Amino acid sequence: MSNFWSWFIIVIVAINLLGCAGLLLWNNSISAEEAAKETTGHSFDGIVERNSPLPRWWLGLFIGTLIFACVYLALYPGLGKFEGMLGWTSASQYDSEVALVERQTGPLFEQYAQVPIEELINYPEALAVGGRLFANNCAICHGSDARGAKGYPNLADDVWLYGGSAEQIVTTITAGRQGMMPPMAAAIGNTDDAVRDMAIYVQSLSRPDVANKGSNAAAIERAKPKFVMCAACHGPDGSGNQMLGAPNLTDASWLYGPRLEDIEYTIRNGRSGHMPAHENLLTKERIHVISAYVYSLSHKPDTKGLPSP
Amino acid sequence: MENAVASPPYNYKVVQQFTIMSVVWGIVGMLVGVIIAAQLAWPALNFNIPWLSFGRLRPLHTNAVIFAFGGSALIGTSYYVVQRTCNAVLAFPKLAAFTFWGWQVVIVAAAITLPLGYTSAKEYAELEWPIDILITLVWVSYAIVFFGTIAKRKQAHIYVANWFYGAFIIAIALLHVVNNLEIPVSAWKSYSVYAGTIDAMVQWWYGHNAVGFFLTAGFLGMMYYYIPVQAQRPVYSYRLSIVHFWALIAVYMWAGPHHLHYSSLPDWAQSVGMVFSIVLLAPSWGGMINGMMTLSGAWHKLRTDPIIRFMIVALSFYGMSTFEGPMMSIKTVNALSHNTDWTIGHVHSGALGWVAMITIGATYVMVPRLFGRKQMYSIAWINAHFWLSTIGTVLYIASMWVSGIMQGLMWRAVNTDGTLTFNFVQELVERQPFYVIRLLGGVIFLAGMILMAVNVYKTLRGERDTHGADNVLQTA
Repeated sequence: MSNFWSWFIIVIVAINLLGCAGLLLWNNSISAEEAAKETTGHSFDGIVERNSPLPRWWLGLFIGTLIFACVYLALYPGLGKFEGMLGWTSASQYDSEVALVERQTGPLFEQYAQVPIEELINYPEALAVGGRLFANNCAICHGSDARGAKGYPNLADDVWLYGGSAEQIVTTITAGRQGMMPPMAAAIGNTDDAVRDMAIYVQSLSRPDVANKGSNAAAIERAKPKFVMCAACHGPDGSGNQMLGAPNLTDASWLYGPRLEDIEYTIRNGRSGHMPAHENLLTKERIHVISAYVYSLSHKPDTKGLPSP
Repeated sequence: MENAVASPPYNYKVVQQFTIMSVVWGIVGMLVGVIIAAQLAWPALNFNIPWLSFGRLRPLHTNAVIFAFGGSALIGTSYYVVQRTCNAVLAFPKLAAFTFWGWQVVIVAAAITLPLGYTSAKEYAELEWPIDILITLVWVSYAIVFFGTIAKRKQAHIYVANWFYGAFIIAIALLHVVNNLEIPVSAWKSYSVYAGTIDAMVQWWYGHNAVGFFLTAGFLGMMYYYIPVQAQRPVYSYRLSIVHFWALIAVYMWAGPHHLHYSSLPDWAQSVGMVFSIVLLAPSWGGMINGMMTLSGAWHKLRTDPIIRFMIVALSFYGMSTFEGPMMSIKTVNALSHNTDWTIGHVHSGALGWVAMITIGATYVMVPRLFGRKQMYSIAWINAHFWLSTIGTVLYIASMWVSGIMQGLMWRAVNTDGTLTFNFVQELVERQPFYVIRLLGGVIFLAGMILMAVNVYKTLRGERDTHGADNVLQTA
């Protein structure tokens, strides 16, 4: 803020506060002559006005708020560049609150971080913490039951776009993922029929019954040779590639819906999925615990159980 | 006082039109409010139809109740008050007629475009640029008619009600134009000329002053005329009206940043906004004191006159919400209340309790006089309407207080591991019963509005009788 604007703010704030005080002073004094009059003498459509003095309690309230304003603006930032005598800023308040929570909870997460994820799923307390972190940070997209929604993967089954090992889950949460299926209509013939044929073929990969319906067999015959265009990512048999995040098309799990229309839409327009990176939002230790929670959704804990760390 | 000055034949036609339409739009706007309240309790009620979705109906509700109901009432009463207190016929009658029809076109255009999804996405200023231009034209015409009438006045002084109406007209023109500066990209899409935090600050400078000048100053103007007229008592204090008028209009302009506490708005602006919001308490209460004390010496009328009851309860809700507002603007309180239902409750204690109830009172005073009837068709119905409005408002705001404070407390509850105790859905589930109570309050309030419409209709169907009450006051 330049000096000009700083002074501009200070001056107009002062004018407003002093103006209020002046207004009160000016109207609080009343001459004996005026006080003797019952009304102001005006009449508007029959309405007349008395000229009662300002109520004392109200005057006190007004002056009290003006004093509060002066004190507050002396203590806190408000008057342009003047930072206030307490040196408070909203950013420093945030930092100190975050630091406090970190001091209080750091040791707990430090302990959990010592235990490998595959083992941590045996500690119900750690999973409870992980579940709460999941509810706070992940449930907004993946659902409070972690079963996902259209476009948001189900984390409770054992189907993985980028791999379900503990290490891969940590990577996904830490760095995020950028899923990108390009629009493919042009590559497979650019006609509505070609897109429909391919959708039928893709659907038949996980549903043998589709192939036998109506004229589907012919459609599949037409589409099959063009699937080489898809195989680059999804593999020649359509089983996907976790290195690229290309979904397995031969299972019954559908990120964007199993209907023919859904598949056609995907082929025609492509899809882009975005899992945001969390490395700047959560500490490494917290990501470790959330990963254990996600891992536990598809892995049974060791039945023997272990004592709490 | 002397009644010697013969009153000129006032232009009542445009006042009649605005008054009837304020009743109609009141019902429409509140009906939309009831529908969206039901959708919040049972989301399936949007039937998956885009035009009925909450996001589109909510701005329709706010625009309809603020600008259609409140706006028609304010313009109508201001035309009535300015003529009678200036002892002058309305200036530029053709322009006055244009303000009526122009304003109705704005409202109908809003009712069509908002459900279709055309919005500039600024709260309380959602209408797209062609409608914004029409609003500007209507508003400038309104200012010309209003101030033209004041210029023609046969009174040396300008009555306090006209100060408030005048401030409302000037401030709204300024706010509307500055906040809606936008670059059109097509017939129904534009983008604000401001960006980022500045856009947010301009928006809430507008948003809070829409509350300050539209919903406070304008209705205070209404209060300053209809209360002394109905109570047949002199206004309590001229000097109090001077102090609270100038303090109110000077200080309100500062209060906007309290909508942006703990945001990326610089700390100094947040502090200044909070400080002036607190200073605003006394000037706001000045109007309440002046209105209530006008009744001194006539308190018994509260027992016998349901119209007075409407207006005094309106002032009570006004006093309550103008106390609540400064409290909520304190950063530590705001940290709990912001983004919760508490804000919704606060707004409605002002909107239902103050704005709607003072308008209803003024309407009951004015309708018989405007249309040359002895009195309203049924005084018992006015009394019933009073209780429906009061019970409806109390149910609404009490349920939102409980729900809002619960929300704020659940959001900030933290476990020993630093995680939040409740996730969003767990908290949402707890709110549902209060949404049903809020809906009930809204339905009751709406029922009262329908009763008023029937009462007005029956009054107009009744015999002309010019021997009804007129604004002849006894001196103190």
